[in-house]
Amino acid sequence: MTGKLDLDPVLVARARELARRAGQPVVDLARSHTTVSVERAVLRLAGVTGADPDGIPWVNRLVDAVVADVGLGHGVAVPVFDALTREGITDVTLLAQKAAAGSVRFAVPTGRAATAARSAARRAVAAGIRRIDRRRAERDRLIKRHGDPKQRPWIYLIVATGDIYEDIPQAQAAARAGADVIAVIRSTGQSLLDYVPEGATREGFAGTYATQENFRLMRAALDESSKELGRYVRLTNYASGLCMPEMATLAGLERLDMMLNDSMYGILFRDINPIRTFVDQRFSRQVHARAGIIINTGEDNYLTTADAVDEAHTVTVSQLLNEFFAHEAGLADWQLGLGHAFEINPEVPESFRLELAHALLARELFPDAPLKWMPPTKHMTGDVFRGNLLDGFFNLAGTLTGQGILLVGMMTEAVVTPWLSDRDIALQNVRYVLGAAGGLHEDFVPAPGGFIRRRANQVLGEALDLLERIGEQTLLTAIAEGTFGIMKRPADRGKGLAGVAAHEADYCNPATEILEAAA
Amino acid sequence: MSGTQKAIVRPYGDTTGDGMVQVSFTLPVSHDKRAEGAAVQLANRMGIDPAMVVHAKPMGDGFTFFVVYGRVNHLVDLNAVQVVERDFALLSAKDVNTVIKQRLRRKLSVVGACIGTDAHTVGIDAILNVKGIAGEKGLEYYRELKVTNLGAQVSVPELVEAARAEKADAVLVSQVVTQRDAHLHNTREMSAAFREAMPAGRRPLLIVGGPRFDETMTDELGVDRIFGRGTTPGEVASYLVHALITQRKATA
Repeated sequence: MTGKLDLDPVLVARARELARRAGQPVVDLARSHTTVSVERAVLRLAGVTGADPDGIPWVNRLVDAVVADVGLGHGVAVPVFDALTREGITDVTLLAQKAAAGSVRFAVPTGRAATAARSAARRAVAAGIRRIDRRRAERDRLIKRHGDPKQRPWIYLIVATGDIYEDIPQAQAAARAGADVIAVIRSTGQSLLDYVPEGATREGFAGTYATQENFRLMRAALDESSKELGRYVRLTNYASGLCMPEMATLAGLERLDMMLNDSMYGILFRDINPIRTFVDQRFSRQVHARAGIIINTGEDNYLTTADAVDEAHTVTVSQLLNEFFAHEAGLADWQLGLGHAFEINPEVPESFRLELAHALLARELFPDAPLKWMPPTKHMTGDVFRGNLLDGFFNLAGTLTGQGILLVGMMTEAVVTPWLSDRDIALQNVRYVLGAAGGLHEDFVPAPGGFIRRRANQVLGEALDLLERIGEQTLLTAIAEGTFGIMKRPADRGKGLAGVAAHEADYCNPATEILEAAA
Repeated sequence: MSGTQKAIVRPYGDTTGDGMVQVSFTLPVSHDKRAEGAAVQLANRMGIDPAMVVHAKPMGDGFTFFVVYGRVNHLVDLNAVQVVERDFALLSAKDVNTVIKQRLRRKLSVVGACIGTDAHTVGIDAILNVKGIAGEKGLEYYRELKVTNLGAQVSVPELVEAARAEKADAVLVSQVVTQRDAHLHNTREMSAAFREAMPAGRRPLLIVGGPRFDETMTDELGVDRIFGRGTTPGEVASYLVHALITQRKATA
């Protein structure tokens, strides 16, 4: 699949080097800070479960109690396990309940007490990580038993009813109709909740809350479908927003297979504080790496706010940054569903050739990554007939350029949340294109010196220019100045900043220690 | 309506007055003869008679999708149609800037946001971002407009505060999500908050937009103007000039 664009390997290497240079200061920042959500994820691994009668998870109550007594900068693991010993109990959830009632005080132990608390914390967290390891092994077994989809790209479909018990039959019907990957869209606004809701959702807004119980219910249902269909049906959710590290952890514990997990999406599109995002991001990616989860990055979103031709190179830059951050966190190439999208205005002359150039550029720059190919949304107008045609061309571009994961476009995009019939028509569209032209990529070699090669090389050149400019300032400044997707996001603003702290000298996070030791 | 245009019309297939329409829908029944009969029955009750089921396809367990063509027996009386007609002149960006500069003699301040839990900034961005939509530049492009785009998931108190801080002449709110009428609730909450926070003469012009609003509901929602699907930045800019400058001066 490589060598169709005649990309200059020196330029490609230079692009990666510049991405590393831009990303490294952010990694250093992430390594020296923690967040409330990282600490809550550690407690979830250590076995804290459930929520108080108001629905606030015990991990939130416990982290809040520790922060009130000793602050966040030491990490919560040691103060929590120190308190556990002093209280003479073994159940961390019980400790959270006591702490919420105000009957436990937390301290930062020293000397022998500190050593004991550290090793107790490490044992508890290691047990949680072993559960993730077992779920990964279980996935490998099920894939071996049922098999992977026969074709590439894998067909990715969304369900979003707001009721998990309605989502389940829809997801199973979608799998039967050919979906290889099911994504359950989250309820609008969940990304800005600073806690993970508990329990099965019966009523969401434009989606279904991501909860551990919903994860479990849907995974069990798709396990049934996998058995029935003789192929392993994958499940996707979102490790994004303020609870990214916890979402990743719950996904690992409940054997989700893919997670949307972009390095900058929350900053740009949800106005979440940049430092909060990068710290949460790194931890969540370490968990994904361990859990064998494929991440999907969100470059498609840039093109919904910025022009898909003028700003094509920002997608490439973001892909390179996402790749750097992912590798740094221990993810392998097969886990990188780097995103991009079919969002060029169809009125632009040669729009389809431009799309092919951009899609092929991503394919050739990241030959071993699955790549997530996103359908048109911005130029879907409500003219469902034209929309269906556009989706057909999107499907064709996907197969011609060897995309790994194809999110099925709906002709009713921008009109309604997909109806049963919309999904059926959309899948028929995909099946027709893959059936009629699934092998066409073998014959599709853009002419040397032709339009597609020139365009791809031009975009790579623009990406290099942008990376050079970022290198001169730093990534945080670039984000503050609106380099990606027009939005300007300074590092000292945005949601969730209060939940960020610099590490104290004795900061301890057993989860990071274990995850980094393995990497 | 001019005298030459008929007031009563019917849908047009390929002959004047043929009344032909095409609809598609799904019934929760397995595909068989009875299902097709059920589709015809539904079409008949919609006023389509005769109805031709041209396509019927089973979808999953117990559902069938239909495409139906047929002659609808309803008539449309154009004189009885009620819509909000554009009651202001459409100006070019240059004219908008000129009017503001000459008659307001300061920049016109606009604050925009998506309020509530709605995270879909596509609407507000299309109107405000320089990029604009459909080849028209957004309001940020207008030299005489000062635009503050607060983005998504802005709370109503935050919006009121920003409007105060920016001395907003107009507040633009976009609402895309309509589950359980969230767009209507949010809009009412927003207009009530502005009424409470500011005296009538000081209140900015309140404008909401989104694909599912009924443009005639301004009084009910407590806003000055509602813009529906397909609105362009140029229309919004022209309306701002009309409502805040030309009309106000005329009535003052």
